[in-house]
This record gives sequence, structure tokens and C-alpha cells, in this order.
Amino acid sequence: MELFLWRRQARHELRCTPVSPRGLQLNVSPVTTTTTSHRRSERVYVGHASSSADSARDTLCSILTSYRTQARVLHQSKKGVSECSGGISGEMPSNKSVSDAPITQFVNCRILKNHKLQWEDLWVREGKILNPEKLFFDEKGFADHKVDCGSKIIAPGFIDVQINGGYGIDFSQASSDIRGGVALVAKKILEHGVTSFCPTLVTSPPDIYHKVIPELRAQDGGPEGAGVLGIHLEGPFISEEKRGAHPPKFLRTFKAGGVADLMETYGHLDNVAMVTLAPELPNSAAAIRELSGRGITVSLGHSMADLSQAEEAVQNGATFITHLFNAMLPFHHRDPGIVGLLTSDHIPPGQTVYYGMIADGIHTHPAALRIAHRAHPAGLVLVTDAVTAMGLPPGRHTLGQQQIDIQGLHAYVAGTTTLSGSIATMDMCVRHFREVSGCTVEAALEAASLHPAQLLGISHRKGTLEYGTDADFIVLDDTLTVRETYIAGQQVWRK
Amino acid sequence: MRLVILDDYDLASEWAAKYIRNRIIQFKPSADRYFTLGLPTGSTPLGCYTKLIEYHKNGDLSFKYVKTFNMDEYVGLPRDHPESYHSYMWNNFFKHIDIEPQNTHILDGNASNLQAECEAFEQKITAAGGIELFVGGIGPDGHIAFNEPGSSLVSRTRVKTLAKDTIVANARFFGNDLSRVPTMTLTVGVGTVMDAREVMILITGAHKAFALYKAIEEGVNHMWTVSAFQQHPRTIFICDEDATLELRVKTVKYFKGLMHVHNQLVEPTLSVKDYMD
Repeated sequence: MELFLWRRQARHELRCTPVSPRGLQLNVSPVTTTTTSHRRSERVYVGHASSSADSARDTLCSILTSYRTQARVLHQSKKGVSECSGGISGEMPSNKSVSDAPITQFVNCRILKNHKLQWEDLWVREGKILNPEKLFFDEKGFADHKVDCGSKIIAPGFIDVQINGGYGIDFSQASSDIRGGVALVAKKILEHGVTSFCPTLVTSPPDIYHKVIPELRAQDGGPEGAGVLGIHLEGPFISEEKRGAHPPKFLRTFKAGGVADLMETYGHLDNVAMVTLAPELPNSAAAIRELSGRGITVSLGHSMADLSQAEEAVQNGATFITHLFNAMLPFHHRDPGIVGLLTSDHIPPGQTVYYGMIADGIHTHPAALRIAHRAHPAGLVLVTDAVTAMGLPPGRHTLGQQQIDIQGLHAYVAGTTTLSGSIATMDMCVRHFREVSGCTVEAALEAASLHPAQLLGISHRKGTLEYGTDADFIVLDDTLTVRETYIAGQQVWRK
Repeated sequence: MRLVILDDYDLASEWAAKYIRNRIIQFKPSADRYFTLGLPTGSTPLGCYTKLIEYHKNGDLSFKYVKTFNMDEYVGLPRDHPESYHSYMWNNFFKHIDIEPQNTHILDGNASNLQAECEAFEQKITAAGGIELFVGGIGPDGHIAFNEPGSSLVSRTRVKTLAKDTIVANARFFGNDLSRVPTMTLTVGVGTVMDAREVMILITGAHKAFALYKAIEEGVNHMWTVSAFQQHPRTIFICDEDATLELRVKTVKYFKGLMHVHNQLVEPTLSVKDYMD
């Protein structure tokens, strides 16, 4: 607590009486009575009438000492504030019933709440979004710091559920420093507004899985980088015809489909958040049930399945489609294939089928993006499917067990015209999606935050700005360019 | 009484807000002399609250040394329910201004001992030095706060069961489902409001016209509890044209003729900036 002394015109008596065990009432009769409001950093103005600030300060200090109260005594004059020498310094006890942790209030901003951008303040304490009404009435509390956001937008941090690497790092390679590689990518993607992600492994031989999966542990984000939610295993149980850029020799089929197949291939599933597989492979049903029973999201992709096979997979627990349209049968009006899940009436009630879309302008024609979005807007999840070369200059690079060529915004399997993942960043995808679909800003932002969180079943703590959820959020301007990134209420990147 | 008649709802809200603003600033509230304000809820005062927030955001008005006491709160409604009066006050007023949380007082409809809660509220008002200005509205049945027809004109803060009229009027906030409207409230009494040094009643809209007529042109009657303020030394009624529809032309003409006098209370509109040391 800081006590400011200032001169008053007439002579006044300076008296101090404690008002409660935690409060202190200072009477400078007859003008000023000040009661502390039971919190730190409270400034209390006390008038003094003595000819010098020093004698007033001494009187005040001795009174405070006699009441065993601590305060820092400062003198405010026309020249500014200076501390009286010999003042006592210390903190007043706080009576915030729930926590003494500092509270930050972000003002002058539009926040994404209840699917709408609203002119509301965002309150954060201890890494979570705080309910200011509860703070006001329950704790009689208020903000310690206010941050002016300059009328910008605050949205939940983006969540990328399909990213294979970037900046020269390939998650599917058993490099000497797997964790360092993930950490580098995690740090860099903060610039794109991504606060949580699923490092993705493409089809690889079992020994790669056995080596890499234990190293990619789920962890919270922070100043070091975005949080790892869990691994996305894209393969190897996928279709040969629709393997895309995945190496054919490491593709596998299910022997019995149960735990044994999965364990033999992957080693263990502890850090795994999602598995992409082709449901038309024999015995896939058992695998799908096993994985979804463990809380692992099952995604359909790189597949030749028809709609009924896809629907059966959904009934067994599949909830996602990996990069819709790519690496699957094209939509046909008599057999819509996997794409037909968007409007299928065989989805179990209460379940939503989500679908990933790479909105880089290359992997999907804007018209196809619009058709999917209009058919099933609530299920659209923006993913980058970013490859090693994302963030790197044009040229030849390594992805999984293969070589790729970068040309502009295109990444091809070396020597072919088969696309090999994208190098667009998540914020580029959000902007592109908004531009070509004509959707609202809210819908574009939710496709990269709320929907992936719902897909992974973590929307109670991520992907929204609801009270009590993790304070992972981004500040954007009206062009949807990311200006600042926050994780757990702490600024981890700014432009 | 003063009867201030403005052309429409917006002008009436603005006049009321200016009046409150001037009263607070003229009072020169400070840390040892708070301005105590009684506050209403409902749709009528929303315009007034909006204007007060605007004045605060412009830097012309501060609520740092203002203590507020709300009139009422539903019993049994969770405090964070969007229709509770706590939510109303937070969303429509407190979160936009610089009032300190411990200086706001709203009855707790979920207290374990409602009677004790009411008595404590009365004591808090006394401890704060009484209410300087109590702002209120009027129900279609002429009630002040939730003092329904038949309430004692010297009543204090207590539990009240709502009249059917009031429940019907409130149904619109509960999805027009009468079964979801709370039936009991805690409310300040007529006597509690009469103890305030000044009372300001906001009345707008044609549906309030008959209640206004009963309140000021007929006698003091516990069936129209706002009529009690005929016996208060300092009452000001602020209304729009529509609310005067049931009054005698003579009454309206008289008070409209006094507007130049009334306007001196709000012009010039003071600002806290003029009083910064």
C-alpha cells in the first residue's frame, strides 16, 4: 500500500485507527478519512498540514508502526512523486477470498463469445478466463492491470490437429533431438496464432513409431511454445490407392484389428490424440472401437470407402474426416463416399462428424470448400497439414521417408505433381477460408478454435473464451492478422 | 412534488441522468462522505443507466465515492441467472463504471435467513448515513419496488409475495413461462424509501399512465403505494408524454409551464473535470 501525503490549506490533525484486522482507517480531520479496501497496491491519499513533508511522514510512520501496519509513504508535490526517506515499505494483506493472484482486464476489445463478436472485457487470473461478475459480487475484487487492446479482436487460440512439421523439422523422423524439434515448431507457430496442436506422423515403419511416440508427450503451452495436445497418427492403416504422399512399403492392414495390431505397429498409445485410418480395410471395426474406447479420436482418410462403409465406421466411433476431398473417392451423386458423411442421416444422434479442410487455396477448390461449408458448417475444422518445409525457402526437403519439392505455395512429391501437404500457416488458412466462403469472422475463427476443441472433446477448457477455460487466446486486427498470442494469460508472442 | 414532463423516453432518461449527475457532483462526495444512491431495475431505467455510463466514459462523472442500494431482488433465483437483479445491475451498470464492489449493496435472495438479510440491509443503509437520493420506478399496479397493493405505507425491507399482475408483467423475461417467474422477492419497504432525503420516480410509457394518475391525482392509498410519496418533502416524478395520458390537462399544463424552473436543476450540467484539484 502506498500512502500519498499532500499539503492542505488549514491545520489538521493526523490520527490513525485500525478499522478491522486487515483494514486501516486514517483520519485527517475534518477533511479526509480513508479506508483501505483490503487489497495490495492500494493508494491512499492522506492530507497533512505540517510545514514539511518530512515531519508529516514521520508522524504517519510512527502511527503506522504503533499499529503494526506496513505501508510505503510517499510525498506528492508539484514536481512529482518522491519517496520520503525512511518510509516503511511492505504490503497490505489482501482479503480476496479465492486468490491473491493478479487479475488482468483486457479492455477496448471485441471478444468471441457465444458465437458472436461482442464489445466485452476479458478478465484473466491464474491462467484461466475469469468471471468478472462473480469476482465483483463474491470477492469484491477488481482488476490489478488493465490492458487496452485498441479495439482489436480477441479470439480463442487456434488449434491445429494436423501438422507434420515445419521450419525444417519433420515429426516423422527419429532425429537425435525429437523433443527439441517439436519445441522449435511449437515456438514458431505461436506467430500464426496456434496455441495448441497435434504433431502428426505420416505412415512410417514400426521402429519409427516406437522411437518417436514416447518422445512426443502431451504438454501445456507457455512462453516456450504452443501446447502439445497429443499425437495424430496418420497411417499406416490406410488405402494403397489413396496413399497420396505416404510411402507404399510401410502401409499395413489389420490382422485381427484389435489391440494387438495397434500395439505391434505403434508401440503404445499413451500420447496419441488421433488416428487416421481407412475403414474399408478388413477388421477395421475392431480397431475403431478399441481406439475410440480409449478416448482417441478416430478419423477416416486416405481411403476408398463408400458411404455405407464410412457410416459404419462412424457408428463404431469415428468422428473425423482427414482433409475432406483429398485422398478419398470423389463425391458421386449415387455414391457420395466419405464426403456424404456431411449430410448423412445415419449418424448416431448427438454425435457430430467433423471434417478437416486445408484452406490454402491449393488442396481444395474454393467452390468445393464452399459446398462443404454450406452443407455442414458446424463440422468444419481448419487444419494446415503443414509439412517440414513450412516456413522454409523454396527447394527440396524431406518428409517422412520421402523427398518433396517446394514451389511458391505448392509442395509436391519430388518429381511428380502429387501434392505433399501444404505450407500455408493457420492464420493464412483462416483468412483464406473467410475470403472464399464469405462466412462471418466468427465462423472463420471458430473453425480454427472451437471446432477442433469440440472434435477432441476438450471444449470445456480450450477453444473458447468461456469462464473457467484456459486463457489461451490471440489478439487480431480486422484483417484477421494475428498481433499477439497469449497462453495461460501470459503474452507469449507479439508482432 | 416536482413533475417533470419530457417529450419521449430518451429525453426523460437523459433528464433523469443529468439530474443524478448534478446531484452527485454538487454533493462533492469523498472518502469520508459518500453519496448514497438507491437504484431500481426493470426496463424503465435502462435509458438512464446508459446515459450515466456515457457520462462516466466521457470523464464527467465518477462513482468512486458513491454507495448504491438496490431496491429488490428475487428470492430463490441463482445469483448468476441472467434475470437476477444482480446480473441486471452488473451488465447494465456496474461493469461499465468505476464503482467499488464493496460499495454496492443488493439484497441476497438466496440467504439462508431472509428476515435477517432484510434487517441487515436496513442496518447497512443506516450505517451509510441514510439514502441521499432514491431512484425508483412504478409498476402498472402503482407499486414502488415490490410493495404490492396492500403493502403498509410504513413498511420496511422484507419478503413479499408478488401479485399476479407483477408476475405476468415479468413473464416476458422468463420466456413467457409463468411457472418460471419467481413468486417471492425481498424488497425495501415504502417506509424505507420514504426515509430517503430525496426520491426520484421514473415513469414512462402509456401502460404506466393510470398508475401515475392514481399516484399523484388521487389520495394516499396503500393500493397504489407510490401515492405515499405525496407525503415526502422532496419527490420528483420524471415522465414522458405517454405516461401523462390519464392526468388532467390542468395538471399537465401546470407542470409543463414550470419546465423552465425544473431545467435549472440540470442546466448547466456539471462535470467532475471542473472539480479536479
